[in-house]
Amino acid sequence: MDKITEGLLAEIADLHGIPTGAYNIRENSRSIGRSSTANIEIIPREAGDGITVRILPGTRNESLHIPVVISKVGVSESVINDFYIGEGADVTIIAGCGIHNCGTGLSQHDGVHTFYVGKNAHVRYVEKHYGEGDGSAGRVMNPTTVVHIEEGGSMEIETTQIKGIDSTKRTTRADLAAGASINIREKIMTHGVQQAETDFSVDMNGEGCSANVVSRSVAKEHSGQIFRSRMNGNAACHGHTECDAILMDDGHVTAIPELTANCIDASLIHEAAIGKIAGEQLIKLMTLGLSEAEAEEQIVSGFLK
Amino acid sequence: MVELIDLSFSAGEGEEKKEILRDVSLRFDDRLTAITGPNGGGKSTLAKLIAGILVPTGGRILLDGEDITALSVTERARRGISFAFQTPVRFKGITVRDLIMLASGKKIGMAEACDYLSEVGLCARDYINREVNASLSGGELKRIEIATILARGTSFSVFDEPEAGIDLWSFQNLIRVFEKIHREKQDSVLIISHQERILNIADRIVVLAGGEVVNDGTPEKIMPTLTGKVVSSCRPFEKAGGYHG
Repeated sequence: MDKITEGLLAEIADLHGIPTGAYNIRENSRSIGRSSTANIEIIPREAGDGITVRILPGTRNESLHIPVVISKVGVSESVINDFYIGEGADVTIIAGCGIHNCGTGLSQHDGVHTFYVGKNAHVRYVEKHYGEGDGSAGRVMNPTTVVHIEEGGSMEIETTQIKGIDSTKRTTRADLAAGASINIREKIMTHGVQQAETDFSVDMNGEGCSANVVSRSVAKEHSGQIFRSRMNGNAACHGHTECDAILMDDGHVTAIPELTANCIDASLIHEAAIGKIAGEQLIKLMTLGLSEAEAEEQIVSGFLK
Repeated sequence: MVELIDLSFSAGEGEEKKEILRDVSLRFDDRLTAITGPNGGGKSTLAKLIAGILVPTGGRILLDGEDITALSVTERARRGISFAFQTPVRFKGITVRDLIMLASGKKIGMAEACDYLSEVGLCARDYINREVNASLSGGELKRIEIATILARGTSFSVFDEPEAGIDLWSFQNLIRVFEKIHREKQDSVLIISHQERILNIADRIVVLAGGEVVNDGTPEKIMPTLTGKVVSSCRPFEKAGGYHG
């Protein structure tokens, strides 16, 4: 593992060396380290384009790290990872992708992660995307997350992209059985001419299920973002989707909510607020002794915390 | 010490131009000065001019003899002027602890941050990690705003209508906070207020009306004139919100 890979792993997964517990570290389209545990089995796909993870029922307080690093210029890959989380398990999965590109060739990672969350299981899924280097051809990431949650199961998704990704389309699909819940928190900041598109779609099929999607984003300079959030209430359920965006410079953001209630007892809410930093927020922090630039930085970092 | 010399402020232009303050000269060297007067009299404008949020159209502002008229909000804050907003500002993502740390200008421990909240009557454990957002009530925000001023510990603090928008219970706590500040701190405090109980703890009361100073003196001298002339018709001091004449 060279310094570039070490740096990327620290950025995306807070990893400083080999993690404890189960892990699969992928670098430039191949696995450079893999370890299963008694309860978490990692099986490589035959085509070498991903892994299948099986987590035994009742597994608790265990974690799985599956970071991906692209440090060579010109690497483009498509990865398929499937996760089967057994009934009653409670685990944390740390994913993420880092790209270092200092050349003229495109670096691209497309990944499809499919989660099968068993009855009464709970999954916390943390995913961070990061890019660095001054390559001219671009760093592209297109993650797709598909989630199927059985009765009483739940999943928390924390997804972050703060820096260095020139183009991304982030797709999330979920379907929920009775009593299941999904809670998604997205944080995005774009710079330069970067483009980011997120597309959430949740089918709430079971009685008493719930979904909460909260996106906070900052669009700086000439960058642009599109936020789509689709919720289909097909049973007695509760859905909430929220898009908060700060515009800076010539940034632009589009929020497109779509709520469909197919059941009289479905309760669906959408909230969206897009605008520049409020002048009174800047002035308040300036009355505490911060310069305008420091105040702006503080507001943005707090917003994306 | 803050000194205002022939301070004026006008808003709008042409026929829309309105004179808010006209040649106001005041020196604030008492420990606690209250400015009162009818709405639209120029009180909040005066407070914002001192903090640098508004720029005067005439006159000068001195801080300990230095002319700070041309200085920015930040520069004035760094020289020792604090300003508590009439309507506290809300932030998404910034916690009470963050705000107190920023106000103190240095890294402070949890215990010290909690001390400031305790001083304004908030149970620190319940608030320290909460976001300064719409989930907090007006009274809670007000007290957090005051806690940030205490954390700053500057030589000159301006409070713009601290009683505005809070309930009676919160108001009682607020009075106790100002009584404590007056009793224990040696710094100069300027409070814009309509409230008799706040005015009564001041060392000096300035009455501002129509953009001019119309009276100035001790509470013993000023209060009878207020209750007799300005206030009596609207029975102001029975409610936390005070009069808004």
